[in-house]
Amino acid sequence: MGKLFFYVALALVLVSGVLFAPEHAGLAIHPMDQFGVESLFGGDHIAWYTPTNVTLWMLLAVVAIIAVLVLGSSNRGIVPSRAQSVAELAYGFIYKMVEDVTGKDAVKFFPYIMTLFMFIVTANFLGLIPMSFTTTSHFAVTAVLAVLVFVTVTITGFVLHGAKFLGLFWVSSAPLALRPILAIIELISYFVRPVSHCIRLAGNVMAGHAVLKVFAGFAGALGAGAFLPIFAITAVYALEVLVAFIQAYVFTILTCVYLKDALHPSH
Amino acid sequence: MASTTHDAGHGAADAAHGAVDAAAHGSSGMPQLDFSTYGNQIFWLLVTLVVIYLILSRVALPRIAAILNERQGTITNDLAAAEDLKAKAVEAENAYNKALADARAEAQRIAAETRAEIQAEVDEAIAKADEEISAKAADSEKAIAEIRAGALESVKIVASDTASALVAALGGKDDADAVASAVAKRTEG
Repeated sequence: MGKLFFYVALALVLVSGVLFAPEHAGLAIHPMDQFGVESLFGGDHIAWYTPTNVTLWMLLAVVAIIAVLVLGSSNRGIVPSRAQSVAELAYGFIYKMVEDVTGKDAVKFFPYIMTLFMFIVTANFLGLIPMSFTTTSHFAVTAVLAVLVFVTVTITGFVLHGAKFLGLFWVSSAPLALRPILAIIELISYFVRPVSHCIRLAGNVMAGHAVLKVFAGFAGALGAGAFLPIFAITAVYALEVLVAFIQAYVFTILTCVYLKDALHPSH
Repeated sequence: MASTTHDAGHGAADAAHGAVDAAAHGSSGMPQLDFSTYGNQIFWLLVTLVVIYLILSRVALPRIAAILNERQGTITNDLAAAEDLKAKAVEAENAYNKALADARAEAQRIAAETRAEIQAEVDEAIAKADEEISAKAADSEKAIAEIRAGALESVKIVASDTASALVAALGGKDDADAVASAVAKRTEG
């Protein structure tokens, strides 16, 4: 579904690029401009320390997470308030996922996985606010998240199991002749994991937002007929709300699955 | 953000933006592929992740875990208390049933006692009545016997007198003793 949208978005970007080239000043649709990284306080040069809209929206994500998880739970009610219920649901959801998918001994990774989930889900939902900036739509961000998971899994695997961790690539249940070939395939798939892990998240988020922007451009151009694209925007927005959560969920559960390989490579 | 700049000052902003884009990454159109911003994004992402991790692992997660544990404890305690109360209720019901059974037994005992008492009184009254009746019957029999004896005596006297009169009338000798013995002899038989 996400992939389909990605392609649809790309096609729309191309079509809009052809149809609404800069010469047609009235119909300019720039669906990718919403992803631009800009300095908050002016200036064209963006150094690694420059406060940008990335900084702003990540800060807002931190604020939102504090508001729900820290302030929401500050009453410590036996009967929870609404915010506390949300905090407890998020906690229970991820805790159960880590326990069920990765195993009881993976609970020490729970704060790390919870950090990933809370950041992604918060950033995705903040990105659905009109005129906002979506940090998780950038490959730079999702790639770092994916590489962090990859590095964590690999280091944990070697620390816990040493050379036996390589048994992950040696499929002992397959016939001996097939094993080297399978090993190569397994090795490639192991290194492709972080790539798919990061592209899936950023691609889905970016595609949905680009589609929204394209439809918004149509709405601006069509005048009285704008109800059609507005209806489409509403529908796509509803889908994007779903995608915002599902992609965070998918990223998190894949992290759990990868970690399971590191903790129990034999399975 | 970018779109606002676009909508607001179209010409100037667009030109400036285009220039920046062109300079940075050859106007590919995808800010995601603008590698000049990668350092900035990665730096702020790492800062954000560390901050979130510290907040979660130091404050939020232990607190939520404590709340959930506390709730679990409260629920367990409440369940235990409920179990206790239920046991007490069963106990009370048993006590009630026992009291009821006791009361019933007591009632039956009292009823039986009363019945026995009444029976005794009735028996006594019957016995007394029987006694009286038998006494009266004895009296009556005695009176009857007396009357009968009196009647026999009278018959004897009348018979003797009649016999004497007959003997006298027939010209016999009025022998009182012989008449008496003959009358006695006839009435005996």
